[in-house]
Amino acid sequence: MLSPWFLCRNEDLKEMLESNKESLKLEAMKRIVGLIAKGKNASELFPAVVKNVASKNIELKKLVYVYLVRYAEEQQDLALLSISTFQRALKDPNQLIRASALRVLSSIRVPIIVPIMMLAIKEAATDLSPYVRKTAAHAIQKLYSLDPDQKEHLIEVIEKLLKDKSTLVAGSVVMAFEEVCPDRIDLIHKNYRKLCNLLVDVEEWGQVVIIHMLTRYARTQFVSPWREDAVFDENSAKAFYDSEEERRVDQSKPYIMDPDHRLLLRNTKPLLQSRNTAVVMAVSQLYWHLAPKHELSIITKSLVRLLRSHREVQYIVLQNIATMSIQRKGMFEPFMKSFYVRSTDATHIKTLKLEILTNLANEANISTILREFQTYVKSQDKAFAAATIQAIGCCATNISEVTDTCLNGLVLLLSNRDETVVAESVVVIKKLLQTQPSQHSDIIKHMAKLFDNITVPMARASILWLMGEYCEHVPKIAPDVLRKMAKTFTDEEDIVKLQIVNLAAKLYLTNSKQTKLLTQYILNLGKYDQNYDIRDRTRFIRQLIVPNEKSGALSKYARRILMAPKPAPVLQSAFKDRDRFQLGTLSHTLNSQASGYLELSDWPAVAPDQSVRNVEVVEPVKETGAPALSKSKHFDAVSWPVCVSLQASSPVFVPETSHELLHRMTGKGLSAQYRFTRQPCIYGNSMVSLQLTLSNSTDQALENIHISEKSSTGQNIHRFNAIERLEPQASVTVSMGVDFNDSTQAANFQLCTKEDEFSVSIQPAVGELLLPITMSEADFTKEQGKLVGMNESSATITMTPENVSSQSVNRKVVSVANLGVIPSGQENIYRFSGKTVSSGSLVLVSVVLKDPDAVITINTEKTVMGSMLLRQVKTALTNSGP
Amino acid sequence: MIHSLFLINASGDIFLEKHWKSVVSRSVCDYFFEALERATEPENVPPVIPTPHHYLINVLRHRIYFVAVIQSEVPPLFVIEFLHRVVDTFQDYFGVCTEAAIKDNVVVVYELLEEMLDNGFPLATESNILKELIKPPTILRTVVNTITGSTNVGEQLPTGQLSVVPWRRTGVKYTNNEAYFDVVEEIDAIIDKSGSTITAEIQGVIDACVKLTGMPDLTLSFMNPRLLDDVSFHPCVRFKRWEAERILSFIPPDGNFRLLSYHVSSQNLVAIPVYVKHNISFREGSSQGRFELTLGPKQTMGKAVESVLVSSQLPRGVLNANLNPSQGTYTFDPVTKLLSWDVGKINPQKLPSLKGSMSLQTGASKPDENPTINIQFKIQQLAISGLKVNRLDMYGEKYKPFKGIKYMTKAGKFQVRT
Repeated sequence: MLSPWFLCRNEDLKEMLESNKESLKLEAMKRIVGLIAKGKNASELFPAVVKNVASKNIELKKLVYVYLVRYAEEQQDLALLSISTFQRALKDPNQLIRASALRVLSSIRVPIIVPIMMLAIKEAATDLSPYVRKTAAHAIQKLYSLDPDQKEHLIEVIEKLLKDKSTLVAGSVVMAFEEVCPDRIDLIHKNYRKLCNLLVDVEEWGQVVIIHMLTRYARTQFVSPWREDAVFDENSAKAFYDSEEERRVDQSKPYIMDPDHRLLLRNTKPLLQSRNTAVVMAVSQLYWHLAPKHELSIITKSLVRLLRSHREVQYIVLQNIATMSIQRKGMFEPFMKSFYVRSTDATHIKTLKLEILTNLANEANISTILREFQTYVKSQDKAFAAATIQAIGCCATNISEVTDTCLNGLVLLLSNRDETVVAESVVVIKKLLQTQPSQHSDIIKHMAKLFDNITVPMARASILWLMGEYCEHVPKIAPDVLRKMAKTFTDEEDIVKLQIVNLAAKLYLTNSKQTKLLTQYILNLGKYDQNYDIRDRTRFIRQLIVPNEKSGALSKYARRILMAPKPAPVLQSAFKDRDRFQLGTLSHTLNSQASGYLELSDWPAVAPDQSVRNVEVVEPVKETGAPALSKSKHFDAVSWPVCVSLQASSPVFVPETSHELLHRMTGKGLSAQYRFTRQPCIYGNSMVSLQLTLSNSTDQALENIHISEKSSTGQNIHRFNAIERLEPQASVTVSMGVDFNDSTQAANFQLCTKEDEFSVSIQPAVGELLLPITMSEADFTKEQGKLVGMNESSATITMTPENVSSQSVNRKVVSVANLGVIPSGQENIYRFSGKTVSSGSLVLVSVVLKDPDAVITINTEKTVMGSMLLRQVKTALTNSGP
Repeated sequence: MIHSLFLINASGDIFLEKHWKSVVSRSVCDYFFEALERATEPENVPPVIPTPHHYLINVLRHRIYFVAVIQSEVPPLFVIEFLHRVVDTFQDYFGVCTEAAIKDNVVVVYELLEEMLDNGFPLATESNILKELIKPPTILRTVVNTITGSTNVGEQLPTGQLSVVPWRRTGVKYTNNEAYFDVVEEIDAIIDKSGSTITAEIQGVIDACVKLTGMPDLTLSFMNPRLLDDVSFHPCVRFKRWEAERILSFIPPDGNFRLLSYHVSSQNLVAIPVYVKHNISFREGSSQGRFELTLGPKQTMGKAVESVLVSSQLPRGVLNANLNPSQGTYTFDPVTKLLSWDVGKINPQKLPSLKGSMSLQTGASKPDENPTINIQFKIQQLAISGLKVNRLDMYGEKYKPFKGIKYMTKAGKFQVRT
């Protein structure tokens, strides 16, 4: 290590940078980075540092990049010296170097190089490496913020990159889209389905961005899945039943969800299981804004799960739940206990939980909630105790059954030792009494008694207001309170003084005999008060209530003005209209529009043309379970590095027919059926994948259903996991794999329950021992040429006329055998190809039509299989019927 | 998205800053300091703070505030999740995430931050990828680097970035192939005064440490998968197989990772492994209070309850506590009023207790609230929900790995109200 004498001395650092030793240079750069990190200015060293930009040492180079990006803006002329290095690096054969050159080049915020950046981005966008293209997508945003005039050109690049099929690029380009041209929704149309299908495989940060963008997109393109008359904030009690209601409405006016809308919902659902909280929240908000209401409940569990995460995550999630729970209580009610407050929670978490509990309160659970609230009121955290009292008030107004209980409880709190608790109680009681203008004179009397001990101004003012408002209910006490107040008037706070004047005026009007002099006295005190508001109010009140010759018509109405019935205040949640913002956004958290917030549009009344999303190339994955396929793709690519030309493709046709394995009579109530799924087996690449449906037709549960270990006859069987318990009349589907060794010999094994064992056997049809592969017509003929002689078997048949069409030939063949169809150039020749599951030998089938005859030829090394297959294809093609 | 990052320590000093776009002056943190001042506790700082031109989103971990500066609309959880990921990465690299560790490794920190974000958008956050880009500092490597002048920056693009399994690096080689799984369950519970359970939930995780050569493909199955009510997966888990067969099938990342976190369905009754007898009372007018606490095990299925730690925030009026523990040691901080008692292991024959008196401020009225008791404990070799791993199989590689599964139950947020 070098001596500390060197530290932070610019001259020495410069010297080190100019030395010939790499290690010294590196040491100097490390210290400079240390300076930058501390926020110290190191711009003086720019010339010395920039010289090292072309260094061979990769760490040194990276640190120079860090420096360059930080100071280039301040030293524009010098920064230009480094540009040529990057331009050279952009042509480097190593993709990592190309990408990092583009990254740094685009991070140098120097306006002169905008054209160079533009050129570099355009080039990188067509790079072969997806990693470089991803960097290009990032660079778009950087260039846009440097020079917004480039927008048009950048949009062209975005358009190109949106077509990219790489999962690596998708997230970044959508981010660029959101930043540069979020209004160009037309660019999304053609890529919509692709984005939906790619979504599960995109990295997690990209998922968040794409989901938010697609939410906005969907709101402009699809019609509302919500009922016509469904007001957004319908009563929660209905929420449980509304799927039923929906159906009823549907009958009168059927709503059919656009398949693309469904695709989005289906493909985002698995992401609820993501470990990334931002992804879960993004999917939740997507469901909230796009899904039919009865499907909404699936997000609840995931949101509640997030509450286990860090404090900050809890804060955001609770806020969103608070907004949701106002409109849909039913969603979170079963999870009410997850919102119970712990003494270790931070205050803002506590208040949010309280808010949610208040929202969830209904007639059924209110007693539990109130009991819980009782504990909170006693909390050491007084701010939280005060918030709890507010919450009790809210519950009391919302649920009329408990109003009295709450009021009594609050009155008890009036004798609490803590001032803030008492004050809050008074304020809440005041509000409650106002909403319940019945006979609550007891409570008012009680409050009058406590009045002397209460010192919080707001509470005192509230009591005085109550006295005045309901002075007719407490005719004896009110004047006495006024008398006391007259004594202490000068020492009171301003809000209390205003209320004293108010009380005096009201008493004067209702009970002038007793209070006339007192009122005069108080009005005189008020007249000379220091505060002009009070002087003003006093003057006004005097003119209003004390009639004299100058007072006009107004004093006649004094009583009607002062004693007018007042509307009760509405106690409502602070999250009442948060839903004007899209959930999960910064704006929603702050409850004010953040810059760059994009409004979620209303559903269109009529759906725009849906054909805009059609892509010319037909996408076979459109309607299948896309997430599944893409996940298993990993599997293929990784664990089966099969010869590429024999890569299995997805099956053309999967028959639905299932075969009986065990009849319920022989199985003592247990019946089993199997079918071939024709998918590559996940248990092993030489296995045939089977789906087993087990059902219990007895009236007792069957336990421990499994396949016996010892049984099988030579074949390798992957057993399904033992089923612990199968309820009566229930059935369960499991999958298993059998390696038939490319023979049609039956696999025998024992299916066992806890009590019994049943011998069963699966005899596969030869066509099920194949997996389809795709190849070109040329490859087919080439391969066929290699498999002649013994390996070829053929037969001539007479076709029934209805079988002659191309469709029916294809259908017949693929239903018999799991083969892939090869696009054929000639009209009367049909070709199919596949490989055997176990050994992977090629199986080629061709059907040549020569009216009215047809020649079937099968080429394969497995001659036995070939002849069996030939027989089956022959039968299939000669049989008429479907 | 994320404009800049400031790291602020407990005493309010900015000790690191990093900018991904134009430089934002550190004076923007003044708004944060204002909020910090208003908050009574460090945890009470609101996670999102608006300022006139920026928004500050912060997380607090290891007594360091990570403050991200945002300029326009972005999902706040996106930023929060990312900041936590940054902390996790630091912890992974340096063992601890403290101010000292960050300052000592400032160059690595900078290199990491540079790779994790590009223009404010996350680039590489997978630990396997980062470790290929930037090697974690070890003593040996530091020595070697100083002598040979070599670097700890990788020269190749991590293969994971481009492959279909971005979480796993290629070319992994071990002489001992081993895979360990820890099933850790936490009980969150609130117990009321009378000892009845108000709410109790079990949350669990399966943490894995997998050191296997090549590209192994693992499947893990459970004896009773139906216990798992809600799960979240590491991205490596194939969702479809879980849906269809309740089997975890995955190509694991190399090293330590969290495979799965789960929630046990709330229909199942939760066994509470400890009970507390307590008598904490204050008499009106007297300056003394009684304090009695006894712990005991129940429903532990014969396993010992270990590492028990009891803590309680006593009311503000308590001046001092004079207590006598039957085992372990206790401390009482007269400033924060925090009582903590390190019990150790519970012996069912001789139950641990803590008894004595508390002295109160003279003249002060009796506190109207009794303190809550927080309990931490561990039970080895037991998953309280009854979850059991059935088997672990490996495909795709020829060798026989060494496999191990460990179970543990811990207290999560376990509170007893008195």
